[in-house]
Amino acid sequence: MLTIQNIDCFYGDVQVLRSLSLEAHGGEVLCLLGRNGAGKTTLLKAIMGLVRVRAGTIIFDGQALHNLPASEVARSGVGYVPQGRRLFAELTVAENLEIGLMTRGHGVETRDRALALFPALGERLRQRAGTLSGGEQQMLAMARALCLEPTVLLLDEPMEGLMPAMISRIREVVVGLKEAGVATILVEQRVDAVLSIADRVSFIENGRSRETMRVEEVRERPDLLQHYVGVGA
Amino acid sequence: MAAVLALTALGLSLVFGVMRVVNVAHGEFFMLGAVLAWWFANLVVGNPALGFLIALVGSPLVVGALALVADRLVLKRLDYNPEATIVATIGMLYILQQLALTFYGPDARPVVAPISFRVQFPWFGYSGYKLVVVAASAIVLLGVWVLLARTKIGLIMRATQYDRETAQAFGIRVDRVYAGVFALGAMLAAVAAVLIVPIQQAYYLMGQDPLLLSFIVVIVGGLGSLRGTVVAAIFIGMSDGIISVFFSPTLAKILATLLVAMVLVYRPQGLFGARDT
Repeated sequence: MLTIQNIDCFYGDVQVLRSLSLEAHGGEVLCLLGRNGAGKTTLLKAIMGLVRVRAGTIIFDGQALHNLPASEVARSGVGYVPQGRRLFAELTVAENLEIGLMTRGHGVETRDRALALFPALGERLRQRAGTLSGGEQQMLAMARALCLEPTVLLLDEPMEGLMPAMISRIREVVVGLKEAGVATILVEQRVDAVLSIADRVSFIENGRSRETMRVEEVRERPDLLQHYVGVGA
Repeated sequence: MAAVLALTALGLSLVFGVMRVVNVAHGEFFMLGAVLAWWFANLVVGNPALGFLIALVGSPLVVGALALVADRLVLKRLDYNPEATIVATIGMLYILQQLALTFYGPDARPVVAPISFRVQFPWFGYSGYKLVVVAASAIVLLGVWVLLARTKIGLIMRATQYDRETAQAFGIRVDRVYAGVFALGAMLAAVAAVLIVPIQQAYYLMGQDPLLLSFIVVIVGGLGSLRGTVVAAIFIGMSDGIISVFFSPTLAKILATLLVAMVLVYRPQGLFGARDT
């Protein structure tokens, strides 16, 4: 279980996260909803060790993550699909997957499992990641993260700019991971997609987690979506 | 000259490409390699080949270890900030130079070539040792290419070069990669120096020319491009030599600097470098 308690994060002198607390459990999808600049991406980066946590704690299965460098957070089993994919564009598909496999995972076996989820990648192993289509790049970003065999997966807008068929594929993969016991924290702007796969939703506003509730409750409270995200259900 | 320049420039290119550190002290690692080569070679009396062999192994190792220490004590503490590391490596340049002056002295001292023979072409003769230098440089360059393109360490280095933050998020210990790359860059300069020292002599100010030419090669060839570095080194090294012999060394430097200016204006990523997107 991942427990975040009262964390504060800053970009320079600007405070982005303010005493934010959350919990993510194994086998659930926790979605973070909020307007642009609310602090959702910063929260994922703070968990990942890419933004320094000035106050508060992040504990994962009894291990403190808040003072670890990103490399050690990844080694403890936290996978990350960053916003905009951040693939190693000059490396091939196979090399991008290899990077994911270096830290954890069981080599070819893990890679084959990841490729089985996204078979289109298997045909493009020698192709440079930067030359893939947007959908294929997103598949590769997901597959690369899965090569770490994560127990917590952080997904930052994985459905951004994708075709409906690709979105439903990613949704299937996230549901599959949930069934496998992985805790997924998903930042997503597409409310319909969030409501279809989330177990719980946390509304983030001005760097604070305002309300966290089960997705069924969110469906019954369109006013919350209107208030925190600016859209109806 | 061109072969040795390729090695030196490759070290500089690797350090900038992966770490984004402009290592102004790179020429001093070259100088230190030469000075240590003289010291190692003089440990063995009466057998220049063995002395040279010891220097070829020992000098890069010592220089690499020193670079590792410099990385830990200076660059890492500056968080590899591009501007701060320029100032820091300028400081390192003077420290290394003055240490060499203090402990080695101001004299230029020769190292005896390990082998001495002459290759006679129909129209002129050529030092056999110089051909050995070309071959040895080619082997080292090939080794670096294999390291970068075919090994796990090379893959880690390339991933770190393309995106430091994402590399960290996948468990790559970037600070260790940086330390290794900084040491490797310094070792390449030291190998180049050991190879050239039987031709040029070891001197405490000998790092300045290789530094300038390495910067020119790296800018013309394209930062982080092994192919570009080698091609530019051959072109710059040979033209520098030819123009220096037939006209003047100053003119050679002027033309090289003019080439850099033109490359920066018309192709800022270098002849073989990838354009930032």
